[in-house]
Amino acid sequence: MSGQFLLDGQAVPFDDGQTILEAARAAGHYIPHLCWHPDFPPHGSCKLCIVKVGGRHVSSCALQAADGMEVDSSSAEIRGERRTLLQMLFVEGNHFCPSCEKSGNCELQAQAYEHEMMSARFAYLFPLRPVDASHPDILLDFNRCIFCELCVRASRDVDGKSVFALTNRGIHKHLVVNAESGRLADTDFSVDDLAANICPVGVILKKRSGFKVPIGERKYDAQPISRVSLEDES
Amino acid sequence: MEVAKTVRKVVARHAGVTTRLLQILIEVQDELSWLPPAALSCIAQALKLPRARVDGVAGFYSLLYRRPVGCYRILFSDNITDRMLGAPALMQALCTALWVERGKVSEDGLVSIDTTSCTGLCDQGPALLVNGLAIGRLDAARIDTIAGLVRGRTPLADWPRELFQIDDNIRRRGPLLDTEVPPGAALAAALKLGREGWLAELRASGLRGRGGAGFATARKWDACRAAPGAEKVVVCNADEGEPGTFKDRVLLTRFADRVFEGMTLAAWTIGARLGLMYLRGEYRHLLRPLHEVLARRRAVGLLGAGILGEAGFDFDIDIHLGAGAYVCGEETALLESLEGKRGTPRIRPPFPVTQGYLGRPTVVNNVETLAAVALIALRGGADYAARGTASSSGTKLLSISGDCAFPGVYEYPFGVTVAEVLADCGARDTHAVQVGGASGVTLAGDEFGRRIGFEDVPSAGAFMVFNRSRDAFDIAHNFVDFFAHESCGFCTPCRIGTVLLKGYMDKLASGYGAKVDLADIEWLERLLKNASHCGLGSSAPNAVVDTLLKFRPAYERRLQSLEFEPAFDLDQALARARQMTGRDDPGAHLETLREDTT
Amino acid sequence: MSAPRKLRVATTSLAGCFGCHMSLLDIDERLFDLIERVEFDRSPLTDIKHCGLCDIGLIEGGVCNAENVHVLREFRARCKTLVAVGACAINGGLPAQRNHLDLGDCLRQVYQYRDGVSGAGVPNDPELPLLLDKVHPVHELVRIDYFLPGCPPSGDAIWAFLSDLIAGRTPHLPVGLMHFD
Repeated sequence: MSGQFLLDGQAVPFDDGQTILEAARAAGHYIPHLCWHPDFPPHGSCKLCIVKVGGRHVSSCALQAADGMEVDSSSAEIRGERRTLLQMLFVEGNHFCPSCEKSGNCELQAQAYEHEMMSARFAYLFPLRPVDASHPDILLDFNRCIFCELCVRASRDVDGKSVFALTNRGIHKHLVVNAESGRLADTDFSVDDLAANICPVGVILKKRSGFKVPIGERKYDAQPISRVSLEDES
Repeated sequence: MEVAKTVRKVVARHAGVTTRLLQILIEVQDELSWLPPAALSCIAQALKLPRARVDGVAGFYSLLYRRPVGCYRILFSDNITDRMLGAPALMQALCTALWVERGKVSEDGLVSIDTTSCTGLCDQGPALLVNGLAIGRLDAARIDTIAGLVRGRTPLADWPRELFQIDDNIRRRGPLLDTEVPPGAALAAALKLGREGWLAELRASGLRGRGGAGFATARKWDACRAAPGAEKVVVCNADEGEPGTFKDRVLLTRFADRVFEGMTLAAWTIGARLGLMYLRGEYRHLLRPLHEVLARRRAVGLLGAGILGEAGFDFDIDIHLGAGAYVCGEETALLESLEGKRGTPRIRPPFPVTQGYLGRPTVVNNVETLAAVALIALRGGADYAARGTASSSGTKLLSISGDCAFPGVYEYPFGVTVAEVLADCGARDTHAVQVGGASGVTLAGDEFGRRIGFEDVPSAGAFMVFNRSRDAFDIAHNFVDFFAHESCGFCTPCRIGTVLLKGYMDKLASGYGAKVDLADIEWLERLLKNASHCGLGSSAPNAVVDTLLKFRPAYERRLQSLEFEPAFDLDQALARARQMTGRDDPGAHLETLREDTT
Repeated sequence: MSAPRKLRVATTSLAGCFGCHMSLLDIDERLFDLIERVEFDRSPLTDIKHCGLCDIGLIEGGVCNAENVHVLREFRARCKTLVAVGACAINGGLPAQRNHLDLGDCLRQVYQYRDGVSGAGVPNDPELPLLLDKVHPVHELVRIDYFLPGCPPSGDAIWAFLSDLIAGRTPHLPVGLMHFD
């Protein structure tokens, strides 16, 4: 089946099996996302890609497009809900952008800019999340984890190592590495793994290269993520 | 090495099959009392799984422990009905008697005491679990007895049997609870009709799923039957975790044969050879009797190869235990858990009828649905549909608890009014009724004329009664705590939203509420409803939505300010600094209420 | 027609580094435009000690001690529009990174165990404000009307933001001016 649907009133064609988000991207329309990645099956956890179809909220990364769908992705309601999801993520972790070397290249921060998130609105949870600097080439700063599981998926499905997994539940959920000691140094993780290069935020950081590109000249410093993301693909 | 030996033994018992991971973790913990890091490593090695994955599964279920716990692990059921029956004071009494702080292990390692989500004994609460086994009807005398048994290090097997006595409390019978269904009779009746004829009867019965969603059972079975894939699966969802619900416990205690017969009927209908029952960990006391029923059915040819002499009708049932995760009642989370994974709900579609257990077409039905199926096979679809209403046929089991004289299980035709039920169960001065559990609907007095049924007040079976001495805010607060505890944490809105919602409820409860908080609560409710990945998140705010609408003064009277108020005690926030400096002058204190600065 | 009334503006730095105030000075020659339209009340620029009734209050820094609480409450009571300026006011910033530590341990480390101070006690002079056990963003203590992120927000961002506020427009930061770092 193929056909077209309406995205914020604009006709978007799609091919059989394409999700709303994929078809929109292919047609040059950006739908915000954090856990979605073009090289992986949809995950559907961040919920930033929510859109309204026929009055119902759905994850556009996971729902296949259908002919004649009317999709709302940019109403004040949807933008407001996405902003609140971002605010939730900001209060959940410890996101101190000024002291983070990912600042300017961080997708969470870029989404906050995109959605004009001026504050996190809610009370901060300030969780205790110790860092792991044991590995010679990689620093793990769990304070910034948003649980997109891209590292989990990349390490398991591409690198074939399963270095990362999630444990615990609910708000206590956190990343663990594949070693009884809990130290990254005791795994077979390598700086060349896809998992070492896929974190959208500042959890998995390569040592000795954090400030090669100065603050102010980074990926999302001057251009919104909606533009950068589509340009990346084309 | 004891750990390695134990792991080898347990893994061998499960033939090293990775889908048995959760069962293996449960059984290893049974022997070691907790899951030390070395045990997780051994299990990972034995199953050839990444250790991180084993850790991830062990960390998901609240009845599995990766830290040492007491030899006696005592968990008090923390449903609102347990609280109303005095559970908090009894827990405190036991803590005091055993010199242990809640949530900690006693210094001698003997005992640890904490709370857990509703254990399904609301009709005979307050209740607790000791090393996974349920004890109900707690009172001061029973707490004394338990404290003595723990202090005396009496092995659990030697505890007085009557402590573990669990009553059925069946108070009102209809066709489901009153009809004799001799083992095999329903199957034989269906076989006589042939698959098409039988499905026509099931269709005519109008039976809808009793787990809450109300999907037509015949449609589900039809779809699974038609789905491509030879190795189909029948799953019975016996993960009855909805607070206030316990009717499946009674069905599994009293009518297990009928439930298994329903599963076998499903297997014959769709062409499945594998059946799985997912039994919530809190009902562990039912595991052995259920296995005995299965053994009896195998012995008489109602399970196994060539059931009832029909060539090719091969089917058997295995039972998986849960380990404390409400979300596993969601059918796709349940399937993940059955596969030995974390109980995270899947993206739907695809639905289980086409891609379920291990990607195979799977029918997942609630215990009560399967019991009803057996009845329909025996008595016909039209007979079944003669009761109930046009869109909710048949009868429904209600688990009634709370402020009433006769808590227990009641069978009613759909369409019964809330007022009729209240009269039957001996409820007086009723202030509110929570129908459908924590995720259900809160009804106020002017709604007691409403009817139980999919078209009006749907219910998975819970019916909790609250009299005028109860505060609707406390009810909603309890449910919000429950959801924050049970959120699987997969999606952003539920993982964080339930915790933020709990934060606002705590703020109001501790006297720091401000009017603006009510607006924030309403905004969070909307996001949870709209954006959550599964029904847990979208129904998490239900009780708050309803009580804010119907019992708003219960919130308003807790407001400290009509404008803004911090969520914490400012003067208390200086306590540590006062202690460090030894100061207690006026400047070393802060008024928590806004000082007059004009 | 007479010139419009000048708006009264108060500013303060709580648990901040005055970097946001320095950034305010970075609007350079636009300071002359600003001073045409506003007059400063309590502010490090005026050395006025207490806030009069103001139109706009700008708060730099988070809340780490009892004095911060008093100042913030005074600003909230006297300013019709209250703005949280910069990362520390908005999320606690650098000072809030002590939030997962016990305050007692922090004080002991600084005043008792550190080289050169061994044996000294934690200062207990009543003139010194007591520290809160946690550092809080300002919106956790009082109602805040607007937020201006950045560490610090650039002079251009501050100017754009203030221009909106002074002109009576809802403040809005265009792409490129919105930064958390």
